[in-house]
Amino acid sequence: MTGSPLTAAALLAAVIATVAIGVYGVRFSRTTSDFLVASRTVGPQWNAAAISGEYLSAASFLGVAGLIAKYGADALWYPVGFTAGYLGLLLFVAAPLRRSGAYTVPDFAEFRLGSSRLRKVAMLVVVVVCVYYLVPQYQGAGLALKAILGLPVWIGPVVVGIIVITNVVAGGMRSITFVQAFQYWLKLTAIAIPALALLGLFFADRGEMGGPLPPVVNQQTTVAIETDVVVQVADPSGVTVSGTLDGVPVDAQHIRAPGQHTLGAGSTLTLASGAATPVLSGTPSSGADWIASGRGLGGGHPLYQVLSIIVATFLGTMGLPHVLVRFYTNPDGRAARRTALAVIALLSLFYLFPTLLGVFSRLYVPQVLITGNADAAVLLAPDTAFGGLAGQLLAALVAAGAIAAFLATSSGLLVSVAGALATDVLRGRVRDFRVAAVVGGLIPIPLSLATTGGLELSRSVGLAFAVAASTLCPLLVLGIWWRGLTATGAACGLVVGGLASGTAVTVAVAGGIDDDVLGGWPAVMIGYPAAVTVPLAFATMILVSRLTRTSAPADIAQIFARMHVPERLGMGVERVPRG
Amino acid sequence: MTSNEKPQRERVVLAHRRGARMVRTRVEVQEQTQVGDALVRGLMRAQLGLALRLAVVVICAVVAIPLLNAAFPDLAAITVLGIRLNWLVLGGLVYLLLYGVGRLYVRLAEQAERDFVGVVDSEP
Repeated sequence: MTGSPLTAAALLAAVIATVAIGVYGVRFSRTTSDFLVASRTVGPQWNAAAISGEYLSAASFLGVAGLIAKYGADALWYPVGFTAGYLGLLLFVAAPLRRSGAYTVPDFAEFRLGSSRLRKVAMLVVVVVCVYYLVPQYQGAGLALKAILGLPVWIGPVVVGIIVITNVVAGGMRSITFVQAFQYWLKLTAIAIPALALLGLFFADRGEMGGPLPPVVNQQTTVAIETDVVVQVADPSGVTVSGTLDGVPVDAQHIRAPGQHTLGAGSTLTLASGAATPVLSGTPSSGADWIASGRGLGGGHPLYQVLSIIVATFLGTMGLPHVLVRFYTNPDGRAARRTALAVIALLSLFYLFPTLLGVFSRLYVPQVLITGNADAAVLLAPDTAFGGLAGQLLAALVAAGAIAAFLATSSGLLVSVAGALATDVLRGRVRDFRVAAVVGGLIPIPLSLATTGGLELSRSVGLAFAVAASTLCPLLVLGIWWRGLTATGAACGLVVGGLASGTAVTVAVAGGIDDDVLGGWPAVMIGYPAAVTVPLAFATMILVSRLTRTSAPADIAQIFARMHVPERLGMGVERVPRG
Repeated sequence: MTSNEKPQRERVVLAHRRGARMVRTRVEVQEQTQVGDALVRGLMRAQLGLALRLAVVVICAVVAIPLLNAAFPDLAAITVLGIRLNWLVLGGLVYLLLYGVGRLYVRLAEQAERDFVGVVDSEP
């Protein structure tokens, strides 16, 4: 699909608005505290909008709808988990974390356990989690620009990288707060209007909801196959292939039998009007399978998959450095709690719309189910369903929202990376923060181009959640509530959890394990590691801390009082970097 | 901007009321005497207990969804207002549960803190 000038204009407008608001915010940024924690002056309303704006990445904006279109009911667990993570954060982390007075997650580790070695380990983990999270954002930007404007894949990461680095280098946390709050409302608008428009169209067309939705095209559709895919054909009538079918060169040949067929790269698939769309092998092909829960997201052991997604997303948010750092910008613990609650409300509102769009994508653009590039569904659905000027306007709006999603999350992650690197590797001055931001923003660009990105956006982000849930989450939860945690225990837990989940994620991104090995358990554990690695990390921290009991910090009572006693009693101390 | 006549930045901390009468229990908490430590432990226990209880409620409700679905697949096929039950629960009702529990927690946690400050600031 080639881009319309309208879409290009909308993209440009979103970028210009982002940079302009960033520039406006720069006027308020002077001290290191401004750059790191916006001088702790952000109220719950602004902060909640900023957190949601930053949190709703491409994985939520594009990925959730794509996964729902592809896999059906079980994909609904991703948005539920992404929201529920904030309940965990609210219950166990928000207020004490803010009251600790720390300014980054590694700083919290040093505050709580008094060990500069642990601080370094935590810093490494923060950088790793952020990079795991940044890479899919950059990749998504490449895919999105390719889908909507037809640009080469490498342009997306480079463009997003440059804009984000510019913004972060210029204004740090202060200006990012304004930008991210704006981006939440932009994203909500950009996804709500197309979703509601499609809802209207759907009721005008059919007038009933909830029946099994068969993926059927309404007009003749041609799909270009770019890489070899195995598809499941439920009903072969009206499906013709030119190129390579099952390894044999063919020209405009009808697929004869239902079942699995391999389409070679460079083939084109033509669907007559009313034909049932073939779907990627391993995804539900009939409407009844798609609408039922319990079928999983491809591969075996669907119940384990769902439980592991629940563990990763419910606990992962507690370990996301770019989310945690935003809670340090609240003025006090009470505001931090109210922020978390407001975020739950804002996210619940937002996720209604990707769910709708996912359902309608299956209806109106089923061709995305063939290539497996379901992430493009949101971008393609409005134009295909409406056509004409209305369709183009909606497509332009969605494109603007998508670019906002890439920019918001990437800048938040970059602030975290830069904050950790600047204060722990460099000397913590404003200049160091800027150097760190440039380095941290450039590293993921080659990584995002090197890996092929075979996983859907939501799933690769889900893997970053698994790493966060297996490392920083136990550090924070045990650090805040358990006096027995020691620096050695925490470090061992971070290393064990980080290695276990990191290895799984790397293998999964590199292609995963074959489903047939040992009944599919290794494959599913690599693809959904959290249910194994999170308990492992918690257990390691607790066990090693028990063994090294004597090395607990001496002023533990003072530290716990600071974290848990309300600010009114005047015990809080705001930590600031050395520089 | 007239930056040259800008006053020096000052840090204002409302909690330190210098000259105000300090209540003895407040000093005990700040100085972490045995009494103060016991008070802080009590507050922590209350807050953690509250958080854990609410978490258990949410976990039971959430984990029950896939387990119930695996045990009784027919349950999800019920339609309410034209929408299948599994979609209605996961696409809408779960969010209401999450927000409701969060709201309850914020109210009760702030209540616990007010009680704590009340105990600390009351002259015995």
